[in-house]
Amino acid sequence: MIDDKRMKEDRFERRPSEVSLTEASLLEVKNLKTYFPISSGLFSKVKGYVKAVDDVSFSIQRGTTMGLVGESGCGKTTIGKTILRLTEITSGSVTFDGIDIHALDRRALRALRPRIQIIFQDPYSSLSPRMPVGEIIGEAVREKRLVAPEKFDDYITGIMKDCGLQEYHKDRYPHEFSGGQRQRICIARALALNPEFIVCDEPVSALDVSIQAQIINLLKALQAKYGLTYLFISHDLSVVEHISDTVGVMYLGNLVEYADKASIFDNPLHPYTMALFSAIPVPDPDVKTNRIILEGSIPSPANPPEGCKFHTRCSYCMEICKLEVPQMQTIGAGHQVACHLYKDGRRIG
Amino acid sequence: MEQKKGLIQKWFGRKNGRGSAKSVNYMSAKEIRQISRENRRITDEFERVRNRENVPESEYTAVMKDPGNILEIEDLNTWFFTDIGTVKAVDGVTFSVPRGKTVGVVGESGCGKSVTALSIMQLVQRPQGQVVKGELRFATDDLTIDLVRIPTEKMQKIRGNEISMIFQEPMTSLNPVFKVGMQIDEVIALHNEGMKSEEVKARTIEMIKLVGIANAEGVYDMYPHELSGGMRQRAMIAMALACTPKLIIADEPTTALDVTIQAQIMDLLRQLKERINSSIMLITHDLGVIAEMADYVVVMYAGRIVEQGTAAEVFHHPSHPYTVGLMASRPSRIRSAEQLYSIPGSVPNPIDMPNYCYFRDRCNRAFEACNGDYPPTFSISGTHSAACYHYSAVSEVGK
Ligand SMILES: Nc1ncnc2c1ncn2[C@@H]1O[C@H](COP(=O)(O)OP(=O)(O)O)[C@@H](O)[C@H]1O
Ligand code: SF4
Ligand code: SF4
Ligand SMILES: [Mg+2]
Repeated sequence: MIDDKRMKEDRFERRPSEVSLTEASLLEVKNLKTYFPISSGLFSKVKGYVKAVDDVSFSIQRGTTMGLVGESGCGKTTIGKTILRLTEITSGSVTFDGIDIHALDRRALRALRPRIQIIFQDPYSSLSPRMPVGEIIGEAVREKRLVAPEKFDDYITGIMKDCGLQEYHKDRYPHEFSGGQRQRICIARALALNPEFIVCDEPVSALDVSIQAQIINLLKALQAKYGLTYLFISHDLSVVEHISDTVGVMYLGNLVEYADKASIFDNPLHPYTMALFSAIPVPDPDVKTNRIILEGSIPSPANPPEGCKFHTRCSYCMEICKLEVPQMQTIGAGHQVACHLYKDGRRIG
Repeated sequence: MEQKKGLIQKWFGRKNGRGSAKSVNYMSAKEIRQISRENRRITDEFERVRNRENVPESEYTAVMKDPGNILEIEDLNTWFFTDIGTVKAVDGVTFSVPRGKTVGVVGESGCGKSVTALSIMQLVQRPQGQVVKGELRFATDDLTIDLVRIPTEKMQKIRGNEISMIFQEPMTSLNPVFKVGMQIDEVIALHNEGMKSEEVKARTIEMIKLVGIANAEGVYDMYPHELSGGMRQRAMIAMALACTPKLIIADEPTTALDVTIQAQIMDLLRQLKERINSSIMLITHDLGVIAEMADYVVVMYAGRIVEQGTAAEVFHHPSHPYTVGLMASRPSRIRSAEQLYSIPGSVPNPIDMPNYCYFRDRCNRAFEACNGDYPPTFSISGTHSAACYHYSAVSEVGK
């Protein structure tokens, strides 16, 4: 069974969080902007910017899961990467447990790394084909000397069991495993560093339905056991609905709506969220969904529309939408939406 | 003893392991050479028959069992002769596509959905992949032909003319070095001999508009890489439909796309089907998409059909334990249970299939009868059937 000592030993001396913003929020993203320069050649002048993330704010409470949805290219993965500082930001801040991640020097960043981990969609390309699984999972643990050498083997075995892998899998290579098993290896590798926060970037999108269920159950069980906090990125809304506590919806680099799961699914406020949710196919032939079919496709993030970026496809579009960027506002109990249809906490359009 | 067993297992591969294919590492070079020699002997014989010239029409004509069908698949067996053994990718599949209807085929990856589709198109990777048995009866205007036996050059006329296929990855059918418009022109010209080039172009533009591309003239002159994923998928659909096919085979047409674009494409397929009155065979692993589109549903598992029926029958009364498990493992609004149902284990090794029900090792309803042979197909209603001993009280289908 699982080695509970791991938790009690407290191998990881945690610095008392210096300036924790709100007591319970582990991650705080504030006015985050991540722009990528576009230039035609290596030495030529910058022609413009792709605004991958354009003024996004949200916070995630410790021990909860925030789902992040939106169509491909809307900036979900970029947000995930800035949280790990795999991508540098243009402005704004990402604060983890009171620490401003993008203000850290290299040493401090290295020390922080194990506490935040990421799991990717394609469990194959993120595993080295020439390393046996035990080594893949244990490499960073050994490097960072997270456990005493005499406890190393038992520790890795314990982590593997937690993730539904067997001890004899240690000597095998990634190609001998199915997609679902490979994703378990990736999860074990992340978990072995005893993180507090895991960015899950489309972790089940490449898997079959029955295997998806196994991995989702595993992620939930690990969260309950280790008190993990997740940012769960997915374009599959049913999966997000199942696993998340809060849900954020992105469109062209903007967070357009953010609320707890029940409010957002029962009562979506933003016209884009409504269209997105209505597009989910329902596995019941008798249910005829009242679908909102969006016209056209997403504009280029290098040249987004003025005002509300969704106005070119929105059926509620008003004059003001073409001129002014709608600001995030709170409706009712913490339900946030960025749309001109709402003012002073209620719908006006 | 324990030690020794472990060692033997290491040498000969895990018998009950979870790996998806017999590991090549554990086969001797000699063994592999032997298999590949035998494979060549078998596939050479198939190729010889296939490559004969002047095959008389009588060899590939057939008679529809039901004139209401456009396609009848009977006991289709498509096998791959690989160096590590024979993969029975499609192992005795029987179902029909009625005229003007949509048949959804569901199942997990590797269950044989795509190989079934490719068999119909005669696009199975030869020589190692061969249709070893079965009939694929397809009704053209004047006669019914067997797509298994029709010679390749005659098949070319049917492909993209009477039957079109839409792939998950649009670049499978779009050529990266030619402009989109030219590629569609080519299809139209090929199937409309003597049509003037201006007429062809007008027709192409019309097709591009039809699939919901606003800037049709602009897209006509673009290369595939200049289009977004959703646009490319539409361009491919435009090409597939350019000849108003009687049967459209769509293999995971929207799997790679976002939901809002998926909704657009589904809507489009439905409209087009109405307009040109064709039939659709829709392959997907997404039960939601199937529920929305299909009139009939076929559920495949490990190369065989485990259940089929009308959409209402399969969704409201799923009967085979695999179908039931598949439906239960899908996260849904109605079932916000803490723990999702998940089918334990994984699909058996395709090279070394058991001689009992393929689903038994994962089945939560297995009982004594399941120790016997692979279950025959039992009918539950006139249209609904399942290959599971729990339905043996009802009558056996066929035979
Ligand atoms: N070219 C090939 N050579 C050998 N085996 C193949 C080939 N193509 C498909 N297969 C095998 O056939 C089986 C069915 O595959 P496929 O029809 O692609 O499944 P699906 O479309 O349901 O995901 C799988 O076991 C697959 O590995
Ligand atoms: S701000 Fe205007 S255009 Fe934007 S979503 Fe709201 S109503 Fe539509
Ligand atoms: S035949 Fe037996 S093992 Fe197979 S699906 Fe039915 S109950 Fe399960
Ligand atoms: Mg397939």
